[in-house]
Amino acid sequence: MSEALHDVQAPMGPQASALFDLWTIMLIVCALVFVLVMTALILALWRARRGGRGGSLATLPDMARHPRRDSAVRRAVGWATAVSTVMLVGLLFASFLTDRAIARLPLDDAVQIELVAHQFWWEARYDVHDPKLAFFTANELHVPVGRPVLVTLRADDVIHSFWVPSLHGKKDLIPGRVSTFAFRADKSGVYRGQCAEFCGYQHAHMTLFVFADDPADYERWSAAQRDPAVEPTNPVERRGRDLVVGTTCGLCHAIGGTNAQGRRAPDLTHIASRTTIGAGTVANSESSLADWVADPQRLKPGVNMPPHDYNAEDLAAIGAYLASLK
Amino acid sequence: MCSRSPDRAAAAPAFALAAMLLLMTACEREERRFEPPSPGARVKTEQRASMIASYERNAYAVATGKRLWTWYNCNGCHAYGGGASGPALIDDVWIYGGDALSIYTTIAEGRPNGMPAYGGRVPEDQLWQLTAYVRSLAGFATRDSAPNRDDALLTRPPEALGDTRKPETAHPSGATVQP
Amino acid sequence: MTTRDDALPATEVGRVDDGAAPRRSSRPKLRDGTDDPRVLKSLEATWTDDRKLIAWLCTNDHKTIGRRIIVTALGFFAAAGVMGGLMRHQLATPNSTLVGPDFYNQLFSMHGTTMMFLFAVPVMQGFALYLVPLMVGTRNTAFPRMSACAYWLYLFGGLLLFGAFATNTGADAGWFSYVPLSGPQYGIGKRPDFWNMLVTYSEATGLMLAVDIATTILKMRAPGMSLRRMPLFAWASLVTSIMIIFAMPMVMLGANLVQFDRMVGTHFFNPAEGGDPLLWQHIFWFFGHPEVYFIFVPALGFISAIIPTFARRPMFGYDAVVLSLIATGFLSFGLWVHHMFATNVPELGKSFFTAMSFMIAIPTALQIFCWIATLWTGRIVIRTPLLFVLGFFFILMIGGLTGIMLGSVPLDLQVHDTFFVVAHLHYVLIGGAVFPMFAAIYYWFPKITGRMLSERLGRWHFWLFFIGMNTTFFPMHILGLHGMTRRVYTYGPETGWSMLNMTATIGQVINDLSMFLFVLNIGWNFFRGERAGDNPWSAPTLEWSVSSPPPPYNFAALPVVSALYPLWAPKRPPTHVRGLSAQIREGLATTVLDAKPDVRYAYPSPTIWPFLAAVGVSIWLVWSIWSVPGFAWGLIAPTIAFIGWYWPSKREALEELEWEKEP
Repeated sequence: MSEALHDVQAPMGPQASALFDLWTIMLIVCALVFVLVMTALILALWRARRGGRGGSLATLPDMARHPRRDSAVRRAVGWATAVSTVMLVGLLFASFLTDRAIARLPLDDAVQIELVAHQFWWEARYDVHDPKLAFFTANELHVPVGRPVLVTLRADDVIHSFWVPSLHGKKDLIPGRVSTFAFRADKSGVYRGQCAEFCGYQHAHMTLFVFADDPADYERWSAAQRDPAVEPTNPVERRGRDLVVGTTCGLCHAIGGTNAQGRRAPDLTHIASRTTIGAGTVANSESSLADWVADPQRLKPGVNMPPHDYNAEDLAAIGAYLASLK
Repeated sequence: MCSRSPDRAAAAPAFALAAMLLLMTACEREERRFEPPSPGARVKTEQRASMIASYERNAYAVATGKRLWTWYNCNGCHAYGGGASGPALIDDVWIYGGDALSIYTTIAEGRPNGMPAYGGRVPEDQLWQLTAYVRSLAGFATRDSAPNRDDALLTRPPEALGDTRKPETAHPSGATVQP
Repeated sequence: MTTRDDALPATEVGRVDDGAAPRRSSRPKLRDGTDDPRVLKSLEATWTDDRKLIAWLCTNDHKTIGRRIIVTALGFFAAAGVMGGLMRHQLATPNSTLVGPDFYNQLFSMHGTTMMFLFAVPVMQGFALYLVPLMVGTRNTAFPRMSACAYWLYLFGGLLLFGAFATNTGADAGWFSYVPLSGPQYGIGKRPDFWNMLVTYSEATGLMLAVDIATTILKMRAPGMSLRRMPLFAWASLVTSIMIIFAMPMVMLGANLVQFDRMVGTHFFNPAEGGDPLLWQHIFWFFGHPEVYFIFVPALGFISAIIPTFARRPMFGYDAVVLSLIATGFLSFGLWVHHMFATNVPELGKSFFTAMSFMIAIPTALQIFCWIATLWTGRIVIRTPLLFVLGFFFILMIGGLTGIMLGSVPLDLQVHDTFFVVAHLHYVLIGGAVFPMFAAIYYWFPKITGRMLSERLGRWHFWLFFIGMNTTFFPMHILGLHGMTRRVYTYGPETGWSMLNMTATIGQVINDLSMFLFVLNIGWNFFRGERAGDNPWSAPTLEWSVSSPPPPYNFAALPVVSALYPLWAPKRPPTHVRGLSAQIREGLATTVLDAKPDVRYAYPSPTIWPFLAAVGVSIWLVWSIWSVPGFAWGLIAPTIAFIGWYWPSKREALEELEWEKEP
């Protein structure tokens, strides 16, 4: 999705803003230091040439002591070091203050999401504390603008890292450890994130989209996600459902309201409401869904889903059914 | 003390050759087979046995088989190989045969007394991977390709550390092998 | 100066009565330090290796071994550079199919592993091995056989890793091989095993060379070279060696713990059974952070050697620079958690590491100011080595400043594991180590080979590399800020990363061109270059007082030093040591602080055992990858080799005894 934002320099939430401010301060200070030191170096070089003062390898150097010059230079070096130290201490404070700022997000009325990272997709479980409200989705989060989001982070297999640059920094998801992470989106839009810890063959295609919706849109979306899967409306879709539930798919995937209740792979109940397949690998459409089912290894080699041996008619039916699951 | 021997370059190629021979075995073990060998085509019975043998020598295939073992809940009856309602798979007793083809047939077509048929529900390639894994559980796969301990609770010795058995081509009970 | 042996009457020396000893008192003893032409001939005969293959395998001359390490390291540099080039070509366009994900994973893992373990640290140690004895005024390092073994271990480890890579078994979990991805369940096949093995080799090599270099610096300096008269490169090598001794064993420990998990089923990193994946990160980075300083600190030594020569004045602030080197070495052990800021280690602890990461900038800043002060108050001569030093300033400063940014916990949460880090690490490694290394090559090539390199080609090399390097890596800062994570084999066109990636690839092509010119320069001038005299740069340190290339015995008579810059200061008598044997390989050990003569030391003779020990260790390590009992049975081979190595030679012992009895 080309309109998704993924830029540290385009903060859309309070933490990303605090981090951007720190980045700006550091950039200015570091650039200043760089310019000053380079200027000193260039001046030193220029001084050497001015008035034929350049040296020669043929003559032995002057080993005499120059106490006045040396003490002046020593003072300059001392001051430069002292100023550098003071600047570093200043930056250290800026860093500490920012650290505290990003940790202080008020969490009243937070949306609760449990994010479990797998090779190579993101599982999102909303509101797991209340079975009536809980639902599962994958690879795309919707959050309401202006409300904090509290994410519990778990990893199923290897270390992954959750990172949406426009909203916050990153946090690793480590097997055997549960961490929490909070952020808030203050402007509506789509924000792109990507797994930021090398996790295997398809680390490159483990994208996560965060849709920051107006609160009303969010309520509509989450209500729709809680509904079971849409019933098929025509014979082709019915055939597709029978194949999906009755053959392989249900062994790993879940489709709410059917017998397919596998939890090893992304939840497909509302697959057609998502914008991409394979965590950002291809855009979602009926034909791309059919292609994906036929041979996901061609599109995302190394993914945990195998190719399937359906004939063209069955494949089309599967595609039609999945595309109907809005 | 160093003697004055005049020969050059004799040691180097011998060392290189030995190293190469050792490392050539790596090619089959380390291949990452993301696609099945002949997607869509039916594999003839005679070829299945050698195909499964090549899967047993491929570390990625055995590791995938292990993942599928967990995902398809083989533990539900076979409990990490030790057996519960289903028979143990890490011992010497094979009701329907412990050779690769027999195990494949067991998984694909099911057996009396409760083993479901996975053929038709599980893609062919995955059946071969599962067969290769069961063979590694039983100690038939090569040590190099067998997986080691899980990143999970310890339930039995890791596959690579269990007893190895010689690969069988005919199974001990004398029953015929289903094609 | 009268040496100790002249001052002692023969009766003071203990006598050993051994009837079987050949009676050598009839043969005249030739001692160095006189003008007798027989002495030089005898020294030559004693110290030269035969020109046979077997002698080639037996040598323990520090110059030969140092040259070999450098050449081997540059070979690995080229191989890893090719891998980097392939990666850049894959990333130049979105959704490229040049290379698939599995091979790409091996490419970046091998690139990082080769550069860090097989190029950067060994090349610095190789330079130290070559230069330190010459700079401190002795004939060989303290433990020459150990250095010889270290080279063979280095070569075998590297060849085994590349042999594995050639058979699709290259490392594929990144150069720091995190568990669980490299663990028993997810590290499929033998790939992580080879990585672990390579780490064991590298650690052994690094440790052996470090112990040798550190001992040489502390105990084998020329008389009169007190610690405050020691060249700054020797100080840098000393600090580096001590850091290596403390840090390298950690990574070997970690790699072996992972190997135990993989081979034997232990649970060090298995959270379900009480282990923790973060344990690996702590162990690795406790080594990993000092490791980048193993690469950086010797480079600082190069800079401190080259600037005084081309500024035609002594280094400004010698004491400050020494203290900065020591402080850098010490502080580098307190930074490692800054590689783990994105994990859930406690926040307060992380802040401590931010403070330490900022603190280490201060000694480096002090050194930079001292160098600039030296240039400012000097009379500068521009030659290729100095050009590379100036390039170092520019590039390292950028790298160091982005390092400060990365050292801050909150900011690191945005840029960790993105191309911003890739940019930073290449700026500090290329700017802080590779540029100084090229400066060192251009500076010391005349000494090592006796030929000058072409100034013109050198300048072309410098400018192309400088432009290419910045073109390749500067855009990566922006890519990181725009969300591009590390270790991705491709990206989609909708991300908007294409243009910057293409720019980076163009820069890499420019780099390749610059390296081609470098190879041309070396290749042509090695055979046809203008002959260099003893001291083409009119430089001040002791290595420039001998011929180019140095004779096998380094110094016809060991120098006595009375100033920090011996070749620039007027000489004061006594100027040389007299009386060491010219018929056996002898050296003089001096005291640690003031370098007063202490003991006469007979060097071990060349022998095949270090080579055989390396072969034995290889048998052991390779066998243990394939079989658990192999870990125990394989030990037989190195045990035999070490027994052979340490087996005393009666003939040599008697020879040395002759010289002790009648010094």
